[in-house]
Amino acid sequence: MLQLVLFAVFAGVCVAGAINLLAQKHPISSALSLIVVMGSLAAVYLLLGAEFVAVIQVIIYAGAIMVLFVFVIMLLNAGIEEHTRDSKVATLFGVPGLMIGGVLVAWLLIRQDPEAVTIGQLYGGPHQIAPLLFKDFILPFEITSVLILVAIMGAVVLARKEER
Amino acid sequence: MHGIPLSYYLVLSAVLFACGVAGFLIKRNIITIFMSIELMLNGVNLAFVAFAARWNVLSGQVFVFFVMVVAAAEAAVGLAIIISVFRTRATLNVDEVNLMKL
Repeated sequence: MLQLVLFAVFAGVCVAGAINLLAQKHPISSALSLIVVMGSLAAVYLLLGAEFVAVIQVIIYAGAIMVLFVFVIMLLNAGIEEHTRDSKVATLFGVPGLMIGGVLVAWLLIRQDPEAVTIGQLYGGPHQIAPLLFKDFILPFEITSVLILVAIMGAVVLARKEER
Repeated sequence: MHGIPLSYYLVLSAVLFACGVAGFLIKRNIITIFMSIELMLNGVNLAFVAFAARWNVLSGQVFVFFVMVVAAAEAAVGLAIIISVFRTRATLNVDEVNLMKL
């Protein structure tokens, strides 16, 4: 029961933040509401027993990536976005279409027998994740390190001032 | 047993993904569009973790770790591209960056 209440609270905050991201005009407001979404998603992960994922959600997403976003918004001095004719058409058709699609998906998912698919207890702390990550998934893990290296070099090359 | 049905988590995940798609289509600021992509990735991650808990397999959580690594790399490169677009075009509006449009 307590878990259901906690889930409802954090899911509500999550959805409110996501809708606020769409509603806000200024990019910095959107960025801050995205941080709210990520923080409450970390709490939902904790409810699912995924401790490791919850912690790296806070550290990598809400920490590293969003700091990068906020820094770029500050650097480029991004102002309030102006809407064009095309974007008004997209808003007119896109929002009702997506709401219908979302309600349809939600209805299909909830319509299934709710008791049959309650979630089992899984404990995903670092102790349980580490053997998987460093034994079974060692090759993907090493490849991601190469990916990160390539991304760092690409970012440096792209964002550098061209000397001309 | 855990009291919350799997479908609740999947609905939350679908709603987050739909909000991301809507932001991607509606928003005209290139940084906000990029943030919508991150929102979509978050929705997918939630589905991964929920299914991992449902079937008692930890591989789903390891996959979320990889998704986050790719998202971090993508954010670094994407924001560098945004900076270089802003430097050449002096705008953040995607409707004005239409050189490759027919």
